[in-house]
Amino acid sequence: MKSAIINTRIIDTKNNMDEIGGILINEKGFIEACGKEVTKENVGDAKIYDCKNKLAIPGVIDGRVFAGEPGFEYKENYRTLSQAAISGGVTSVVTMPNTNPVIDNVSTFDFIKRRARDKSLIKIHSLASLTKNVEGNEITEFGLLKLNGAVGFTDGIKCIQKNDVMDKIFNYGKNQDALIIQFPQDNELSKNGVINESLIATKLGLKGIPDYAEHVIIERDLRLLSQYQSKYHISLISSGKSLEIINEWKNKNLKFTTGVSINHLSLNENDIGEFRTFLKLSPPLRKEQDRLDLIGGVKNGTIDMIVSDHKPEDEESKRLTFQKCATGASGVETFLSLALEQYHNENIDLKTIIKCITENPAKIFGIKAGSLEKGMPADIAVLDLDKPWVVKRENMQSKSKNTAIEDKKLQGKVEKTFLNGKLVFEI
Amino acid sequence: MALFKTKQAVKYKKKHLLGIQDLSIPEIVHILNESQSFVELNRKENKKLGLLKGKTQINLFFESSTRTLSSFELAGKRLGADVMNMNVSNSAIKKGETLIDTAMTLNAMHPDILVIRHGDSGAANLLSRKVNCSVINAGDGWREHPTQALLDAMTIKMKIGKIEGLKIAICGDIMHSRVARSNIYLLTMMGAEVRVIAPSTLMPKDINQFGVKVYTNMEDGLKDVDIIMMLRMQLERMDGSYIPSTREYYEFFALDYKKIKHAKENALIMHPGPMNRGIEIDATLADDINRSIIVQQVEMGVAVRMACLKILMENQE
Repeated sequence: MKSAIINTRIIDTKNNMDEIGGILINEKGFIEACGKEVTKENVGDAKIYDCKNKLAIPGVIDGRVFAGEPGFEYKENYRTLSQAAISGGVTSVVTMPNTNPVIDNVSTFDFIKRRARDKSLIKIHSLASLTKNVEGNEITEFGLLKLNGAVGFTDGIKCIQKNDVMDKIFNYGKNQDALIIQFPQDNELSKNGVINESLIATKLGLKGIPDYAEHVIIERDLRLLSQYQSKYHISLISSGKSLEIINEWKNKNLKFTTGVSINHLSLNENDIGEFRTFLKLSPPLRKEQDRLDLIGGVKNGTIDMIVSDHKPEDEESKRLTFQKCATGASGVETFLSLALEQYHNENIDLKTIIKCITENPAKIFGIKAGSLEKGMPADIAVLDLDKPWVVKRENMQSKSKNTAIEDKKLQGKVEKTFLNGKLVFEI
Repeated sequence: MALFKTKQAVKYKKKHLLGIQDLSIPEIVHILNESQSFVELNRKENKKLGLLKGKTQINLFFESSTRTLSSFELAGKRLGADVMNMNVSNSAIKKGETLIDTAMTLNAMHPDILVIRHGDSGAANLLSRKVNCSVINAGDGWREHPTQALLDAMTIKMKIGKIEGLKIAICGDIMHSRVARSNIYLLTMMGAEVRVIAPSTLMPKDINQFGVKVYTNMEDGLKDVDIIMMLRMQLERMDGSYIPSTREYYEFFALDYKKIKHAKENALIMHPGPMNRGIEIDATLADDINRSIIVQQVEMGVAVRMACLKILMENQE
């Protein structure tokens, strides 16, 4: 049976659409029509979802997610990740290879692909590692892994340090047309660091990570990239100065893309307060000026993608001193709402936000999602753009409740999530 | 006579003592005034009081310590408390138990006060949120060592009669020093002009925003100072090449008879101990009784800690 979402505001940035209308979904779960021409009168006997005063957007693509499989199922598995994701309108995730074992070979990749197919509700697009065992020495089988479905390559939480290895990665990556994703942070400059290097670090007595630990890697990578013009994506940036470097190279016509985590658009180092371990992130939260600069980077298009950087960590590993506790925050289910905060605060316009979490990630990773045009799988999030709610750990769906925004008041909540045309979440 | 005018004093009312950052000037004045009576007591033949009779004090030291541990132990015992020192080297912590689990275990034994030293900044704060008793921070990572700053202030006040208006230079490994941080907070609050002197690699980021003057050479930094507070080189906390060698460090940053000439003629020398003689301080100078008040610092330490224990115990009632 067909179904139809009607009477709703639809934003599909890929097709420059922002209008009141409907979305007709065929029996196979693909979009048959979308726009003002779809009304109650012309969808026949389709099952009707009247979404008056709501907003329908393509299902969100979260471009940086840590799933616990394999090896860390106690932190998150595909089932809990799926529940968390759909409750926040996320229908596709790109997962990191920092698992145990590391996703660095075809058989492990194949295993998790099957696990995802069997256990996951949402669409899992796994990345494979750039180097074996994410050790930064030997490159993985880009070609074979890509044939198997790897949408890109990254060492995830680790950064390739050696110049010759990075050179080979760009060179061979170009050969195989592989998407290379770097987490830019110099190991030596960030050694033992747990927080932004600043007055706050000095006050708390913690070892800082200077922002230039990020800059040196970005500068090196872009220099190398200019030799090869491979497909390159900077996974996360945290500092305003990084934008300057990126723009310098973009002005020289170098092509690459850049991501930022929603945490770095929403929070700054002051939020760490008195050792709030849930705000220990990597890269670290930086100064308010950096946050404002990053918002500016999203606005002017220097930053292409916003991600949740969902990193579930069990309670035990966060109940330690700031120095010893695990890094990262769980955030896939609050991702969209937290991103909408930037719209409600009038920092970034709505379409730019949506573009950075739907159209752009689809394009960067080359996945069939992120728009509502005819023929696309009907992955759709319907939200009440203005609905206020409060983030509470006890309400979280993710297996790990390490949210960085506990008790935060947000505006905008997903009310329905469709996946391949099926209603999989509703409140 | 009280050390400070009593009308300037306001009693510290919090349950824990975690850092100088949490104290106000009147509260510091009150703690120092309280300490004064214990200085006198400690010089008497009978040093024992029963103020903490029936109370249990656990000293939980995750880092090795001689003077702070014995100072807290003595302070507790002189006030009549039952004092237990937790030896971490053969405890469950070495077997992988987390700080919080250790805290919960100790908490079940109903101590009245926990004195903690830990290598991680914020450890005392973390512990204080998990236990029912009072917590005293005896040093956490690079962050704070409040009783050290209080005893330093006490020493200065006893020796010179004032803190306000003094020029005080803190020299050495500022970056890794909790003593420096606590002293900077306390001494600037009390109206001293505080200077920090260190090679720039050992200077923490944005330290000037703490209200101190920053110097990277001893000659300029020591000019006309009343007090020189030397810090121990925390060689064990360094994870990289901060200085080329102790020999070079000695030449440029150690306190010796040549460099001390830049300070006021009667400038006094302090050191939180333990000293690395021949690295940050000239061995003879450290023992110069006209200059060095290092021994007095140790004496004040016991008195100040007795005052802190007493005040926190009163706050529980």
